[in-house]
Amino acid sequence: MISRLTLSERQLALGVLLFLGIIGLAMAAAGRNDPLGGQGFIVLLFSVGLAFYVMSGYFAPEPDESRLASYYDDPTKVGIVLAMFWAVIGMAMGVWVAALLAWPELTFVDQAWASFGRLRPVHTSGVIFGFGGNALIATSFHVLQRTSRARLPDQFSPWFVLIGYNLFCIVAASGYLMGITQSKEYAEPEWYADIWLVIVWVVYFLIYLRTLARRKEPHIYVANWYYMAFILVVAVLHIVNNLAVPVSFSHAKSYSLFSGVQDAMTEWWYGHNAVAFFLTSGFLGMMYYYLPKRAGRPIFSYRLSIISFWGITFLYMWAGSHHLHYTALPQWVQTLGMTFSVMLLVPSWASAGNALATLNGAWHKVRDDATLRFMMVAAVFYGLSTFEGSFMAIRPVNSLSHYTDWTIGHVHAGALGWVAMITFGSIYALVPWLWKREAMYSPRLVEVHFWLALAGTIVYVFSMWNSGIIQGLMWRTYNDSGTLAYSFVDSLEAMHPYYIARTFGGLLFLAGAVVGTFNVLKTITLARHESATAAEPDMPAIPATSAVQAGE
Amino acid sequence: MDIGHETLVAISKSWGLFYLLAFSVGVMVYAFWPGNRKAFEHARTSILAEDDTPLEPEN
Repeated sequence: MISRLTLSERQLALGVLLFLGIIGLAMAAAGRNDPLGGQGFIVLLFSVGLAFYVMSGYFAPEPDESRLASYYDDPTKVGIVLAMFWAVIGMAMGVWVAALLAWPELTFVDQAWASFGRLRPVHTSGVIFGFGGNALIATSFHVLQRTSRARLPDQFSPWFVLIGYNLFCIVAASGYLMGITQSKEYAEPEWYADIWLVIVWVVYFLIYLRTLARRKEPHIYVANWYYMAFILVVAVLHIVNNLAVPVSFSHAKSYSLFSGVQDAMTEWWYGHNAVAFFLTSGFLGMMYYYLPKRAGRPIFSYRLSIISFWGITFLYMWAGSHHLHYTALPQWVQTLGMTFSVMLLVPSWASAGNALATLNGAWHKVRDDATLRFMMVAAVFYGLSTFEGSFMAIRPVNSLSHYTDWTIGHVHAGALGWVAMITFGSIYALVPWLWKREAMYSPRLVEVHFWLALAGTIVYVFSMWNSGIIQGLMWRTYNDSGTLAYSFVDSLEAMHPYYIARTFGGLLFLAGAVVGTFNVLKTITLARHESATAAEPDMPAIPATSAVQAGE
Repeated sequence: MDIGHETLVAISKSWGLFYLLAFSVGVMVYAFWPGNRKAFEHARTSILAEDDTPLEPEN
């Protein structure tokens, strides 16, 4: 990896790591006994460790100009491995916390870090940001270069984004275990981590703009629009929702700029758009590239993909208030969120239908190829969970579903059925292309992974639907004297069997991810072994004599 | 000026409505504009090309 960087890029990497190490040291020194001190040591260790790695390859010969005649895929390769790694960590955490709900006595370590409240955000951030985010960054670099027919503008900034983003994930996850949190769903990391993510994210967006400026295709392919909406809107959401004042520069704790219902509205404007632009828009970008590519058929309707893009982008912005039905939020704001959520069904189903219509005529491939089947099932679950979402946003429906496990079931229909399925499908398509092999190490294991993932999702979602609706009904059942028929503990006991089923569903899904990770790692080692024995240079077929890039 | 409930509702019912309507018309016109058909068709099919190298710059 390091030997493919130019000398000035290696120096830049060391410079940035030195700067980061100093920041870590300063945090450790200023924080002292505050949790900030512990976070500082993590930043310091991370930077020093990486600096050693960069130095180990520092004196390797520089790459020649021929590198410019091929795409730069090293960050994508590392990103895929990191995504699979985070998938296993995040999903294992999920199974752990699911087991804690079914059997609370399982808190076998009597330590604060092992409590449900601290482990749960490690699960949510681990799967959303660790797994989802790394997969998005990795695939976006791949799709961006192919659809622009242009190489990434430089070799340092993609590494800065990928590694910097993972530093954010590590600082976030370790912080939760120490008890650091802003107590905002999906926005738990504190101010210093938030500032770091803004820097990383701006560089990410600039890579996109710089590569698009060098593109050789006149039209920007629709997948890039989705990826760019993801990057741009997440930046806006992240900055606004995390406007906060730290207690002092030596404390991890900060206080939000907003309070009361304004704080709640800002948080759920952020929270729902995180679902929209992190978990939907970016993954739609993935779908619009890898699904046609794998099926060998162009997207059914390109126009429809554009119309649904703008539909999703502009309608989602207003939907967040449906998280605050029957609260202190003004009624008309709730109605606004409800109305936009219902309208969202149109562009959502347009995308799901577009994907399925693309496969029309290639169903034999879907039958034979588990990779394509992952993507097909993802499109089906996307359609299902967007319908469910619009439905649950309707106020009277929400009065039954809100605060119950139905919400958890809905989230996982989207996260397991849509986000994870499209990601695994894309990764199984991408890994053989990137490592220049005919197929994955074991297509049978892809098949095993597919059925584990599908079975796990169905068990999970059905148990949560049952649990949620029972719970919701028990909470609203009154007896003859007009008081509640069931206590909260009664409903908790009714949920117990479903909690066990949910844990089992999650375990199946985790097992699939472990199988997938093994398959990916095995494919990579096989490819490395083959290229080492064949001693073939890793170069494109065309000779690269005059491959000087524009602007170089 | 006091921005209360009435003001916000008035703004959403007029400007909010118009800008979203105008926007959706704009998107439709762009998507169905006959001159864009060729570019869309090219984008739609070109991703399936097997060639996996950047295009040579014109210099």
